[in-house]
Amino acid sequence: MVEKHIQLAENSVEKETTTINLGPTHPATHGIFQNIMEIDGERVIKTEMTVGYIHRAFEKIAERRPYSQITPLTDRLNYCSAPINNFGWHMTIEKLVGLEVPKRVDYLRVIIMELARIADHLVCNSVIGVDTGALTPFTYVFQWREKIYEIYEGICGSRLTTNIGRIGGFERNFPDDTWKKIHDFMDGFPAVLKEFETLLTRNRIFMDRCIGAGAISAERALNWSMTGPNLRATGVDYDVRVHSPYSSYNEFDFKIPVGSAGDVYDRYLVRNGEMWESYRIIQQALDKLKGMDSSIFHADAPEFYLPEKADVYTKMEALIYHFKIVMGETDLPPGEVYHSVEGGNGELGYYLVSDGGRTPYRLHFRRPCFIYYQAFNEMVAGGLFSDAVVTLSSINVIAGELDA
Amino acid sequence: MSIDTFLILEKIILVVIIIAASMGVAAYSTWAERKVAAVMQDRIGPLRAGPFGLLQPLADGGKLFFKEEIVPDNSTKWLFMLAPAMFIFTSLMTSAIIPWGPDFVINGSEGARTVALQVADINIGILYVFGVVSIGVYGIMLGGWASNNKFSLLSAIRAASQAISYELALGLSLIALLMLTGTLSLRTIVEQQHGFWDGNYFTWNFFKQPLGFVIFLVCSFAELNRAPFDMPESESELNMGYHLEYSSMKLGMFLFAEYINMFISSAVLATLFFGGYNFPWMDQVQAAVPSGIFSLICVGVLMAKVVGFILFFMFVRWTLPRFRFDQLLNLGWTKLIPLALFNMLVTGAVILFFFNKK
Amino acid sequence: MSLHDIIFWILSLWAIVCAIFVVISRNPVNSVLFLIATFFAISGHYILMNAQFLAIVNIIVYAGAIMVLFLFVIMLMNLNTDTEPQKSRLVHFAALISAGSLLLVVLSAFRKAELTQIPVTDAGDIGLIKVLGKTLFDHYVLPFELSSVLFLAAMVGAMVIGRKEVVEEKSTK
Repeated sequence: MVEKHIQLAENSVEKETTTINLGPTHPATHGIFQNIMEIDGERVIKTEMTVGYIHRAFEKIAERRPYSQITPLTDRLNYCSAPINNFGWHMTIEKLVGLEVPKRVDYLRVIIMELARIADHLVCNSVIGVDTGALTPFTYVFQWREKIYEIYEGICGSRLTTNIGRIGGFERNFPDDTWKKIHDFMDGFPAVLKEFETLLTRNRIFMDRCIGAGAISAERALNWSMTGPNLRATGVDYDVRVHSPYSSYNEFDFKIPVGSAGDVYDRYLVRNGEMWESYRIIQQALDKLKGMDSSIFHADAPEFYLPEKADVYTKMEALIYHFKIVMGETDLPPGEVYHSVEGGNGELGYYLVSDGGRTPYRLHFRRPCFIYYQAFNEMVAGGLFSDAVVTLSSINVIAGELDA
Repeated sequence: MSIDTFLILEKIILVVIIIAASMGVAAYSTWAERKVAAVMQDRIGPLRAGPFGLLQPLADGGKLFFKEEIVPDNSTKWLFMLAPAMFIFTSLMTSAIIPWGPDFVINGSEGARTVALQVADINIGILYVFGVVSIGVYGIMLGGWASNNKFSLLSAIRAASQAISYELALGLSLIALLMLTGTLSLRTIVEQQHGFWDGNYFTWNFFKQPLGFVIFLVCSFAELNRAPFDMPESESELNMGYHLEYSSMKLGMFLFAEYINMFISSAVLATLFFGGYNFPWMDQVQAAVPSGIFSLICVGVLMAKVVGFILFFMFVRWTLPRFRFDQLLNLGWTKLIPLALFNMLVTGAVILFFFNKK
Repeated sequence: MSLHDIIFWILSLWAIVCAIFVVISRNPVNSVLFLIATFFAISGHYILMNAQFLAIVNIIVYAGAIMVLFLFVIMLMNLNTDTEPQKSRLVHFAALISAGSLLLVVLSAFRKAELTQIPVTDAGDIGLIKVLGKTLFDHYVLPFELSSVLFLAAMVGAMVIGRKEVVEEKSTK
């Protein structure tokens, strides 16, 4: 019967449902994508998702770019946690060429990646608050996201689209004031996160809004091949950091928070739990770094790692490598490699096919948001319109990652 | 029957003052709202226009006046124009029956003359408030419908059903109060709450009807469309709802009327439950100062209470998330109305068994 | 002519003009709005007769609640001149005849009526809430209670009729 009504013309008197556009410029779609919803009163009957508003053909562009120049493209995927994307890409290349990076680089990367995860989850969880009408927690935690951005800034000079690091390590060692900022962050953050949780987690209205909204079962989530916090909220403890460790994650002691119902509230709790775990990981990484030689910040791989400028002027080899890297003349061995990292939103995979040239033959990003968004209809159909809005912000669809 | 020209003059002056004051309070409520939000969110708030940003409301008003008027092509034009006017009209109407202060005496050449600081003391006072509240929803409904926008329509539906549902609980919560006071006149109700302590018990109705007060407060949040009951506006779902298509001063009138509503309902709350212009030791003060000054002090006390309520409304808005629509109706119909009925029964029983004067 | 007379005539004119517009408006939303305006005029008349309670109840119940729902329904159905069904000539003819006979009845009724004084205001306080309450709960307590039971029955009936059958499609989710 419902189907019949959907087929009716928009201005027909017999039509009982309304078509409503959630997006592309609706404030609930944090980014540019569209939902064409069929609603009966306040109840969502079905929604049709439209993607592609900011499709930039990254995978195609990447085919004409030297490897080091693909890093900025990965920035623009999930721009809330750009460093994870950057490092993931670097690790993919390192996997392809079999490059071992020093332990210290691993730990530095872990620190930045976990900071990025915290920043990503802060955005997502506080935006759930905004979409339910609680604006104040949002501003509390955004101050601390800002501090994370300042840390990025000290390391690579930029904030949102970081383009951080190089193949084989970092472009420079962390400056002293950045270390100070990191320690400041570590000192102050738990109190803020605790306050944030106090404001929302046990708030009756917030719980009423979130519990049961946009629920999906573990089985359905796996069938959609969902990963990350959204899958863990359904009760599946899949985390790339544990199941196929990279960047020495196997040396760290942390838990995987899981939910049970797979609804908005569980996603929120899982993300909050992950922030605490990320905090613990950073603490451990800082401890591990204490006894290490603090001058190491990149692998000894001259053919990939850009030499120092002073060396370029004085040393023959450095000049050659500098020329080759800058002009993008470095050939990579032929091969096929898949590497994935636990991005802010889930398993962010890089499938790289190299034919031995200076550019990828084919590069595919496995973008978790793209997958979540396909399941959106299933999550919201039958629920209320307000639930759909909260669900959309809780699955954290980032337009950049959705459309690549 | 001659028309008392002096009375008409007096009332006109009073009306003008009250409307100007409502406008002024509403304007500075917008400033206060921003400052409160800023304080609660670790921000600074408006700062550039005048000292502490005090000229910000003027700047906002000026901006709204000079914005382009946009009337959607497919809207119902005259209703689209009428809606904001109706909204602001109904929001100002309630102020007529609020007693702003005690009477004071002017000694003129024609003898002493008592001036009441209330526009109209009608014997159905509270019902008048209900009447105005019940027609207040027309502005939103017409605006939402005339815009010819689905989000606005959805918002108008939400607003109307919310208003109708919460009017019931609002009315029921007051019936218990009316049983105590035995009158509908706001003036008499205020006079019954004279002072603060009558020797046996508090005089303010809040202490006699705490549950009724809580229900009334929650319902006034809902009637004001303020967070956590701001379903019709909910900017993250309906893009500001019924005033989505409005621009320029028509939008300004909608926003402004909401703040006037907040001011007036704070005044009603203060009058009904918190003693209106009464304050502790008022008799001693009255004996010490002239009647005009005393009236001014009383007005000041009422205003202080009103400001307190307005600040409370603001703190709540910047703390709590918003209800979902069905939860909101559930709260109204299945929690507040039974609670109000229960309150009514208890009050009735207590009056019958303990305070039966006959 | 006293002030009351002036107000009476203004209100009467207002009521009649609005009532006419209720009938002749093509757009149902306008009709409803004119009907609301008519209610306000009638409330004004009540106030002139010192029946403030009736006046305000008229506004609360009719203008504030019933007409809101009316408006609600009409807005959602989005009726306008385009969707107005075209009636046949026969219906027009029948309407003319019935309206004409109604006019005749009214005229014959008015013919007997004497043109007495316009009801004087401030006279009688039957409309005041205290008097009204005493009358209702003294003399007319049985009809009053009966009518409240009737309303309750009507309310329950409306619920039963209006309740949407819960379709089983929910269980699939």
